[in-house]
Amino acid sequence: MEYFLHLITLFAIYAILGLSLNLVVGYTGLLSATHAAFYGIGAYATALLLTVSGLNFFFAVFLGIILTSLIALSIGSVLSKFRDDYYALGSIGFCIITFSIFLNWQDLTRGPLGISGIPRPDIFGLSFSSSILFALLALIALGVTFLACRGIVRSSFGRVLKAIREDEGAIQVFGYRTHTYKLLVFVISAAMASVAGSLFATYVTYIDPSTFTILESVFILAIIILGGLANLRGSLIGALILILIPELLRFAGFPAEIAGQTRELVYGLMLLVLMLRRPQGLLGEYKL
Amino acid sequence: MEKKDQKKPALAVQNLTKHFSGVLAIDNLSLSITQGAITSIVGPNGSGKTTLINTLSGIFKPEQGTITVQGRTVPPLHPHDVWHHGITRTFQNTRLFEQMTVLDNVLVVLTKRSVIPSLLETKDDTHYDQAKQVLAATNLWEKRDQLAANLSYGQRKLLEIARSLATDADIYLFDEPFAGLFPKMVTVVFTILRSLKQEGKTVVLVEHDMDLIRKISDHVIVLDSGTLLAQGSPEQVLSEKSVVEAYLGQ
Repeated sequence: MEYFLHLITLFAIYAILGLSLNLVVGYTGLLSATHAAFYGIGAYATALLLTVSGLNFFFAVFLGIILTSLIALSIGSVLSKFRDDYYALGSIGFCIITFSIFLNWQDLTRGPLGISGIPRPDIFGLSFSSSILFALLALIALGVTFLACRGIVRSSFGRVLKAIREDEGAIQVFGYRTHTYKLLVFVISAAMASVAGSLFATYVTYIDPSTFTILESVFILAIIILGGLANLRGSLIGALILILIPELLRFAGFPAEIAGQTRELVYGLMLLVLMLRRPQGLLGEYKL
Repeated sequence: MEKKDQKKPALAVQNLTKHFSGVLAIDNLSLSITQGAITSIVGPNGSGKTTLINTLSGIFKPEQGTITVQGRTVPPLHPHDVWHHGITRTFQNTRLFEQMTVLDNVLVVLTKRSVIPSLLETKDDTHYDQAKQVLAATNLWEKRDQLAANLSYGQRKLLEIARSLATDADIYLFDEPFAGLFPKMVTVVFTILRSLKQEGKTVVLVEHDMDLIRKISDHVIVLDSGTLLAQGSPEQVLSEKSVVEAYLGQ
């Protein structure tokens, strides 16, 4: 049961990351690799606020969202002037810089030692220290994120995002300042990633920079590419499959020393087959 | 959008110049477009017709010269500014939102332009009715749920026109709207242009078909190598010797 609840919690965290990244990549057509950075900023902000200041979890999450949004606003102001390859390269650069800060700003982040002893959420005396309550909390956060994303993509704003993805120059001549749309969706997406980071930090109660590398961004991208770009249910399916695969491999009897590499091999093969046979992903409506 | 003044030209350019890698596409061009009339811009390939339309719609920045809209000189236009000046356009090579439905291609230009209100705007029956009206006028209502990518060439041209009509602009810049259309579709576009004129809208056409130009234009402007070769009524301009020589090579 504990193991099952662990999988549900991980699924919910990665589904939040997938849904939020899909807004930028699938709906707006901007290939962003920044997500691990915002996930990490949310995680570190929450971890520090909880361990150093002893703030309430929900207040810490809120401050994490504010901080992540402000950082997303500043980096997004630059990135939103670009698209395609330049956007992707800029986003990779930001992710690498953020990882370096997590690793090297030792006074704040404790560098490679990481931050341990992060308390589980607590609200009005109700502690989310049990696996079932934490899984429930993660699922509620996923539900809220899903509804927020659905509201965005079904709004007129969401329709403009799709038009930007299809032909940014053409939609501009109809009076849209596309830079603002790209910036806002980027900030919203980063704020959602921050919530996932807060949940992750308080779930595992220990974080270090190794979780928030560029490979994590690639993993989140793989979730939405597998599940389907510009499809919210696709992000859920992508997260479910990619969280379950390593767990299934665990039962395949591979020696521990090659299990990790086998997982990478399976991800690579899956993406290769998808790119060849179904580039829009399982439920996707758009091809990169 | 700004209020129009019938006495002033809808659009005017003064000493407009635009180069591309050393090639002079528009050379110190000055001209004006009459309010509420259909003006055709003609000229051989490379004469600067599409460059002029792209400059008027903010896609290209001129190196020199001014643009006047409804009598007011405007600062260098950005593409997102032109709608606010009451200008809309179609493209020589259609630029639709391919992976969106025909209906969404029209609805998207009816959306609120401010970001936050557009985020709160979900379903709007007024916009739906407006979209229905323009799609019906272009015979595309039946195709409303199809992806734009799946339309035929002619239908794509019509959808671009429908998208422009939905903006209810004052000035319409149509870049080769008749190119590649079946006769039935030509009649549809013809009817749309006539009704725009009846509504007092200003239409600028870039077109090659001389018969169509004669039938529909109030005014013809001939460009050659980025300069103004002639302008006037269709009969007057298209019979001018210099125009025949430049355009038909005779």
